Amino acid sequence: MEHSIAVDIAFLLLAVLAVVAGWRVFRTDSMVRASFFLLVSFIAVGAIMILLAAEYLGVAMFFMMAVEMMVMALFMVMFMMNPAGLNPMMMVHQHRLSIVAGGVAFVILAAMALFSSFPADPLPAGLDPVHSLGEEMLGDSMLIFESAGIVLLATMIGVVVLSSHRGRYGAAEEGSMPPGLEPGGDPAGQPEDDESGGGHAHHHHH
Amino acid sequence: MTLVTLLLLAAALIGIGLYGALSQQSFVMLMMGLELILNGVMLAAVAFWAYSGAGAPEGQLLTIIVMAVMAIEMAMGFALVVAVFRGKQADTTEALSELKQ
Repeated sequence: MEHSIAVDIAFLLLAVLAVVAGWRVFRTDSMVRASFFLLVSFIAVGAIMILLAAEYLGVAMFFMMAVEMMVMALFMVMFMMNPAGLNPMMMVHQHRLSIVAGGVAFVILAAMALFSSFPADPLPAGLDPVHSLGEEMLGDSMLIFESAGIVLLATMIGVVVLSSHRGRYGAAEEGSMPPGLEPGGDPAGQPEDDESGGGHAHHHHH
Repeated sequence: MTLVTLLLLAAALIGIGLYGALSQQSFVMLMMGLELILNGVMLAAVAFWAYSGAGAPEGQLLTIIVMAVMAIEMAMGFALVVAVFRGKQADTTEALSELKQ
């Protein structure tokens, strides 16, 4: 696929933006800001898709991610203890292992990208990507596309069931008592009664 | 912009996402890591479609499917977070320990 130097420069800038924003997601104090950094990363990748002539996918990415990240930001405000980042915060566990795992995953995937030979088979000259995607979705692959729709419907039902307070026969948790960890012991998973060790004992690593 | 540079970018996104998914304590931040992994996967799929798949329409379809997976992951994840928060007032992974003995 032939492209100009401007495309290369745009790709470079967008790639740096995607990686830096993705990295900042886990380095910012504010969780709302983290979700907007993730949105920036997604938009950069969507723009790269448009550079790659996948216009439909790139634009779909913009819309989907804009909505998704707004929902995420609302969730942060609703549930998280520190959405605005007023005090410095670093809530991580197994930090060194995670850094090593992320680094190893990058090195392995990068080595695969660098050292394996993929067939060079670029887009044909007269291809209309949006048209061919539409033909595929409502033609040969219609079953797959429709199955995705059914799975989304099942997800919607499951989400409503999971997040509703009450079922048909009263409160969802009523009368349910988990068994004890040892025979005859106290039910597992119940909140402790003492006031000192409350539910929000977060670890703060600095 | 070549296939190799695109795949390197995808690898970087997957690596960062894996780090986030393994290291974050908050459920929602953990889900952000998973989203970042899928972001890299979608970019790699489009890169292969454009440079090595001769524009086969199934390549774009694969990306659409990954997008649907992402939406499902997000919706189910949030529903589970709500359910866990209602039951235990917990918003971090450390707070869920009843299977630990």
